[in-house]
Amino acid sequence: MLTDREPHLPEIIEEVLGLPVYELLQADKSAYLLPVFNQLHVHHTQQCASYFNAFSSHGSQFKTISELPFVAVRLFKLLNLKSVSEDKVTKCLLSSGTTGSTPSKVYLDAVTSRWQSKALVKIMQQFLGKQRLPMLIIDSPPQTSDGSLNARAAGIQGLGLFGRHHTYALNSDMSINWKAIEQFSAKFANVPTLIFGFTFMVWQHFILELQRTGKQVNLPQGHLFHSGGWKKLAAQEVDNTTFKQVVKRTVGISQVTNFYGMAEQVGSVFMECERGFLHAPVTADIIIRNPYNFKVCARGERGLVQVLSVLPYSYPGFSILTEDLGTLRGTDDCQCGRKGNYFTLHGRLPKVEIRGCSDTSQSPLS
Amino acid sequence: MTNEKKLTQAFVSALSIDEAQVVDSLQYNTIKEWDSTAHMVLIAELEDAFDVMLDTDDIIDMSSVAKAKTILQRYDVEFSD
Ligand SMILES: [Zn+2]
Repeated sequence: MLTDREPHLPEIIEEVLGLPVYELLQADKSAYLLPVFNQLHVHHTQQCASYFNAFSSHGSQFKTISELPFVAVRLFKLLNLKSVSEDKVTKCLLSSGTTGSTPSKVYLDAVTSRWQSKALVKIMQQFLGKQRLPMLIIDSPPQTSDGSLNARAAGIQGLGLFGRHHTYALNSDMSINWKAIEQFSAKFANVPTLIFGFTFMVWQHFILELQRTGKQVNLPQGHLFHSGGWKKLAAQEVDNTTFKQVVKRTVGISQVTNFYGMAEQVGSVFMECERGFLHAPVTADIIIRNPYNFKVCARGERGLVQVLSVLPYSYPGFSILTEDLGTLRGTDDCQCGRKGNYFTLHGRLPKVEIRGCSDTSQSPLS
Repeated sequence: MTNEKKLTQAFVSALSIDEAQVVDSLQYNTIKEWDSTAHMVLIAELEDAFDVMLDTDDIIDMSSVAKAKTILQRYDVEFSD
């Protein structure tokens, strides 16, 4: 076990980024990632005072991934959590999420940003190949920014790597830019195209608007990727299956892929497979926890989603307890062939239950 | 126009920087002008200038001016130095 020199954490993270995205069996993957997470824990204990105060007493060498401490996602709204000095911060990602006005703040340095792009590219390549496709973005063009980047713009930019001839489908008032869409579909009707938008935007400002106006958009070779939570759609009783059916009927797109990701862990997203399950990539993992006692839930049992990612180096977000509800559906045996953990989501935890959570919290940050 | 000149022009135009700043050692994310937004503009400029189609690996790998040359060489764009 003893080597002349312990490899530095950044080198180890680079190594994980070089592994096949969906091929590792869960046992092998856990064995590989545990020391990385342990090192990340030590790194953040040393570099972030808030993290140190909350978790230094938890120890430093955890025996399983589920023993690692987790930071409640709302802490990124309440505290300025960063593990690099101010002059190293190249970008601050702001995310207001779906509720509340205080945005999450995620501090990124150059290397963390680069890993995020690289991880996302590796994952998306599994679905799109290395090519870049004409891209229709179901959103309004970005406003001139003031240095900080909102999560929506960051998401578009991340996926934008896979596009060319980027075309925004909406005007700044969220009305449809018919001219832009007509030009895009006339030009690229017969070639594969990439379409991206946030789930709610796609539904509310594109699909429903097309239905209302009765106008036709035909992109039969389009592949729609969408992300951003089901909460608002659940209120309209739209689930993933309905969403897919209506998209197919309205715009003729049969390739629809949902993915789960968050501003606090950009890059290591959980993509939906052909069977409708969300898969953890090699750079990330999930654990489902009972919302009351935080015990690890069994397969098939609904609970809070804890997300782990090896990428968060400039801020202590490698292990986060979200407020999303999910269910582990299986490990290594999805019929799509991808290995590791796969799961489904059920939208957000009601507010009341969140309060219940903090009453029984194990530590100031969880 | 030489390929060196074309490359320099693409950087100048995409990043809005001076010609003198476009040297092999210039790295992505080390000046505020070369951020992720400008990077995508740069990719489009390079594709136009050299009539190539860069893929997603190229975008991720293009971390410096020198690296841009290496990547373009894979598409048979020749640089003298
Ligand atoms: Zn699957």
